[in-house]
Amino acid sequence: MLQERIPDFSKFVEPDRVRKEVYTDAGVFEREMERIHETLWIYCGHESQVPKAGDYYAVQLGRQPMLMVRGPEGKVHVLYNRCPHRGNMMCGDRHGNTGEFFRCSYHAWTFHHDGRLRNIPMMESGYQGTRYGRDNPECSMKRAARVESYRGFVFASLAKDGPTLKEFLGASLVAFDDMCDRAPEGEVEIVPNCFRIIQHSNWKIFLENQLDALHPSVTHQSTGRAAHEVEKMIEKKTGKAPLSYHMLSAFATVTIDKWDNFQTINHPQGHCILTGYMGLRPKDPDTLKYEKTLIKAYGQKRMEEILGVNIHHVLIYPGLSVQSPLQQLRAVRPLGVDRTLTEIWHFRLKGAPEAIYRRSLAYYNLVNSPATVVNADDLENFWKCHQGLSSDGGDWVSFARHFGRDIEKDGVVESGPGMGTSEAPMRNQMKAWARYMGNGK
Amino acid sequence: MKTQHEVEQFLYRQAELLDSKQWQAWIDLFTDDGVYWMPPEPSHRTWEGMPAIFAEDKNLMRVRMGRVLHPDAWSQRPLWGTNHVVSNVVIVKSSTNEVQVRSRFHMMELRRDDVRHYAGAYTHRLKKTRGGYRIKLQRVDMTNAQAAYDYVLQVWV
Repeated sequence: MLQERIPDFSKFVEPDRVRKEVYTDAGVFEREMERIHETLWIYCGHESQVPKAGDYYAVQLGRQPMLMVRGPEGKVHVLYNRCPHRGNMMCGDRHGNTGEFFRCSYHAWTFHHDGRLRNIPMMESGYQGTRYGRDNPECSMKRAARVESYRGFVFASLAKDGPTLKEFLGASLVAFDDMCDRAPEGEVEIVPNCFRIIQHSNWKIFLENQLDALHPSVTHQSTGRAAHEVEKMIEKKTGKAPLSYHMLSAFATVTIDKWDNFQTINHPQGHCILTGYMGLRPKDPDTLKYEKTLIKAYGQKRMEEILGVNIHHVLIYPGLSVQSPLQQLRAVRPLGVDRTLTEIWHFRLKGAPEAIYRRSLAYYNLVNSPATVVNADDLENFWKCHQGLSSDGGDWVSFARHFGRDIEKDGVVESGPGMGTSEAPMRNQMKAWARYMGNGK
Repeated sequence: MKTQHEVEQFLYRQAELLDSKQWQAWIDLFTDDGVYWMPPEPSHRTWEGMPAIFAEDKNLMRVRMGRVLHPDAWSQRPLWGTNHVVSNVVIVKSSTNEVQVRSRFHMMELRRDDVRHYAGAYTHRLKKTRGGYRIKLQRVDMTNAQAAYDYVLQVWV
């Protein structure tokens, strides 16, 4: 019966356009949660968020409230935040330390950090002869089907079967390699602060915008111009403005035609790498000092390779945007068909000079904080986009920019040369989407 | 009593300038090295090297003002306004050059048809100058600081 009501999602997606229901239909959203966000590898958090045994962070995977927790043996577990007794949520806080075990606040069932039942009060007298007891796995907290981490970044999949994390991430592994390699010690450490911002729009609108090289000079022109004015003023006074002004003024100084010099490399899983140099290697004393520490750690040749990686950011489908050169990421948590939470974190490069951290911090505060001078206009567009799509003013969303000029090789689709503003990433994401949503195929 | 009255009048004026969107006049309330700071949590003691919701010197304030006044600041187009109430003004410290003041604020914001409420504590370090008080530091500890933000904060609270 239910199967009959599920539409043929492949009909929603054509090579150069998609139906509006993809963004606005509540049934589509439920199916996405099941087939995409509760099936694919989803980012939970970084291991350094839970340094000590018992440390936990609550994280939403699809519709499932989960806990990422550090066990006494050092392993990071991902569990459903639910007591198997009466279904109570185990932890009501966003993060904390649960002590030596989890203890349900309703009837004091206790569990080890890996979810195994530890004790039920008066288990012998209360449960003798029932199906419940220590030997029944249903008396333990349910664990995510699969948990893996890569260079400290923890992912979980709620599906038993599927590719390994490394297979799934494929070429997008470069996001974590690029970030960690920039650290002289080869590792990053989280800065324990999460900015959380709710967008009144479908989660895919955010994903598409992240790879839309045409939008910055339109959406962010006001910020670019304002920053450029102040940048010029500072330069006049002191000779040199901080790099953070350049990051903002680029929205105005890099004109629309120049954004075509960026390139997108799109992978069949839906991932996309946006290349484009961020101008993070000026010849100032801080950068030179940083280069020296990298040479000491890796040698000259490797240092050049590391700092020469030409990535603006990497979008890992279906909801992690990693800006590796600036050590920040945004995790996308769909809350409903028209509501999306982004969780924004940044990292320290272990062993790098403080000044290099300050650079990523400036970007984090200016661009990614809840008082962002950049994303305010994005979110306004996202809301308007979702409102417009909810109307009967049209049935399709167009992704036709530079359609037919993509370069495809072995399933990898690159935007054509000088066509960085191609809507190839949207076409590629929707192709992957249709495959994930497929009716059992 | 006189200082109390002057300081209160100054804080009311600060809030009034925000509510009436007189951004330049509001920025002019700060000393040349003045800072507007909103930490993400109350335990923070400095903005230097720390994540912050706002940590702005006058130059960054000018960027923010320039953005909201630009005709293509799309998010500024819709109906949008705020109303601050400042109260519980307590002088914490006072010297010949400087007064440190704590107060509480409540800010209601209307954007299109949506109302949001932000509230918290201000800590002001005010410098006494010949032209009256100037802000060396405006620290804003919002009770909502750690909550998820429904949309974002476009200007100073």
